[in-house]
Amino acid sequence: MATEILMPALSPTMTEGKLARWLKKEGEQVRAGDVIAEIETDKATMEVEAVDEGVLGKILVAEGSEGVAVNTPIAVLTADGEAAGAAPAAKPAPAAKPTTHAPTPTPAPAPAPAPSAAAAAAEDKDWGPAQKITVREALRDAMAAEMRQDADVFLIGEEVAQYQGAYKISQGLLEEFGEKRVIDTPITEHGFTGLAVGAAMAGLKPILEFMTFNFAMQAIDQIINSAAKTRYMSGGQMSCPIVFRGPNGAASRVAAQHSQCYASWYAHVPGLKVVAPWSAADAKGLLRAAIRDPNPVIFLENEILYGHSFDCPTAEDFVLPIGRAKIERPGRHVTITAFSITVGTALAAAEALAAEGIEAEVINLRTLRPLDVETIAASVKKTNRLVTVEEGWPFAGIGAEIAMQVIEQCFDWLDAPPVRVAGLDVPLPYAANLEKLALPQPDWVIDAVRKTVHGMG
Amino acid sequence: MARSGKIAGRGGKADTGKVNNAKATPGLGREILLRAYHDMLLIRRFEEKAGQLYGMGLIGGFCHLYIGQEAVVVGVQMALSPGDQVITSYRDHGHMLATGMDPRGVMAELTGRRDGYSHGKGGSMHMFSREKNFFGGHGIVGAQVSLGAGLAFANHYRGNDRVAVTYFGEGASSQGQVYESFNLAALMKLPVLFVIENNKYGMGTSVERSSASHDLSKNGAPWGIPGAQVDGMDVEAVHAAAKAAIAHCRAGAGPYLLEMKTYRYRGHSMSDPAKYRSREEVQKMRSERDCIDHARQHLADLGIEEGELKAIDDAVKKQIQEAADFAQASPEPDPAELWTDVLAEA
Repeated sequence: MATEILMPALSPTMTEGKLARWLKKEGEQVRAGDVIAEIETDKATMEVEAVDEGVLGKILVAEGSEGVAVNTPIAVLTADGEAAGAAPAAKPAPAAKPTTHAPTPTPAPAPAPAPSAAAAAAEDKDWGPAQKITVREALRDAMAAEMRQDADVFLIGEEVAQYQGAYKISQGLLEEFGEKRVIDTPITEHGFTGLAVGAAMAGLKPILEFMTFNFAMQAIDQIINSAAKTRYMSGGQMSCPIVFRGPNGAASRVAAQHSQCYASWYAHVPGLKVVAPWSAADAKGLLRAAIRDPNPVIFLENEILYGHSFDCPTAEDFVLPIGRAKIERPGRHVTITAFSITVGTALAAAEALAAEGIEAEVINLRTLRPLDVETIAASVKKTNRLVTVEEGWPFAGIGAEIAMQVIEQCFDWLDAPPVRVAGLDVPLPYAANLEKLALPQPDWVIDAVRKTVHGMG
Repeated sequence: MARSGKIAGRGGKADTGKVNNAKATPGLGREILLRAYHDMLLIRRFEEKAGQLYGMGLIGGFCHLYIGQEAVVVGVQMALSPGDQVITSYRDHGHMLATGMDPRGVMAELTGRRDGYSHGKGGSMHMFSREKNFFGGHGIVGAQVSLGAGLAFANHYRGNDRVAVTYFGEGASSQGQVYESFNLAALMKLPVLFVIENNKYGMGTSVERSSASHDLSKNGAPWGIPGAQVDGMDVEAVHAAAKAAIAHCRAGAGPYLLEMKTYRYRGHSMSDPAKYRSREEVQKMRSERDCIDHARQHLADLGIEEGELKAIDDAVKKQIQEAADFAQASPEPDPAELWTDVLAEA
């Protein structure tokens, strides 16, 4: 039986090529793997190997022909003993338009709306008595509670076990859970992150502590390419239930390499959830939810907040929903969004603004992905003004995204352009005065609010 | 830590760093060798067909063929037990077929269709099967090595006796995370078999030009990881070495490293003109060292009739043609598939 040899596609982008040279003549015997021709593609000159055995019956496209479209018959291969004339009288191949083979894809639908925020308003529930604890204790208590409930949960990272945590977050966990479940690693972020992601793919539920998120850049390939994308790339077969946690953003006087906010980096990535707690209740309730979540969760803590105390429910089953923001202070003149340590900055500003008759509504975002756009939009529809606050850089930051979401959702309700308050667009300096000048202060928020409430005046 | 460096059944010979001589290797025996022959041929024909479909524009993007290296994955797979895990790089079609994944589903993924293993969302480099314990299919060079150590960590954590086989190329062996993983695996005594598939070229750069270490099987030595070089063109040698190495891992003695000396006949990917090596070099390997020819010859020596081998050839050819037909008949993914599998329901 005669088979047509077609002009092959030899690169992802090739639609046509030049048939540079024939290396076999008509009537010549061809074995699978023999080079039969040379083709110049958009990238290089490539050799074409025969796939089947037989005799080169007829050459349909002469060497030197340019613009030969992919899939044009270029020769006929006949089985041994078959007359070359048996070749189908293939039309000489004009340098026609490249043919398409796959069925025409149906146009993709318009992007689906962002997944709606978690339905259950668990925060609205009365959790009963509360007690003042530090954010540090809240994080430790959350891990311990989940580790008691689920033997698949373990903590891994640098200095988490014997040293009791570089920032003392894991105090007492080694004693309670033993070295099998509280695991010290060498200083090898790329390696242990890959290891933890692999363990999660095998069904365990790691809590991975980065000593700071600055060091996670060593491992960001594993976080994004392996943890975030594998569920999608596997058609839903694989899962990666893991929490990446640790301090994020500026601490105090540790300079540029140790003082970066990664919120917008991770919030950019589909397949991740990104959580940034402020209070002890946020820390405890959201970390418990993050550990139970079947997806990779980036949990951005703040070193300065570790020692701060807040009221936190004592209920055994206390947990907060990922994907829900919290209105920390109601108001009617302006909406201020903030997360992590800047919630405190925003609240301080709101307090000062109240003295001059401006009632600011302060939203603690809590989760950055999926963002609770519903709560933000509802607030802006009431206040008609928006100021966003974050410690990270302004360009392509969280504030930029929130402002755009508000423009898309409630443009007609806005009485003034949204204003961003963010860290200055420079690497964070070391000197005490310069560092302070580079990070959002309550005064910056007060100025931004005045600008939006009173106009540029 | 002092390690004996010996593996069961080999009297430590595998640690000498010498390429195993096929003649000194205990044979597989008729039935198992027949199966190995079948499995290698299935991969070869599958890859040839994939190359053909790529040429017809039915497969897009990157497509890295395994032709020439079949003995490695088939020999190792036959030494595994149910429950052992496999993870590899993007040159992964052979590994999928070896673990028992359906050629139709693999081919349909290559053509980007609904019935592909990833519903058309992964492609050549990203396929998985929880059922067959195949953990991918990873596109970033070296990333699968630490992930593989993580699979072994899970076995260790659960206290079972499963082994995670982690394949990577000699090109990946220059990545930092490979050595981070060696250290972690040795430190934690993880049951992981690292298999370096040394096919001599990392894309267009020969191993001589990319590695100051010339015996990659010794690359785990600083961490006390025993290793052996193996003739990766000889499925029986591969099987014998893998069996011993896996026994070492399964016994709780920690990781093991095998360097398979192998060769890929095709380019790095479909769009590689392969000008970094001579045609003669490829032809010489093909005609003198081919793993399938070698097995076929050995089977003939064992008295297997030509007709029996021909029947295998025909059956494989038929199965691959069915896979190719299936992969073309399967519809494209539904547009709604765009939005599924991003996150799991919490």
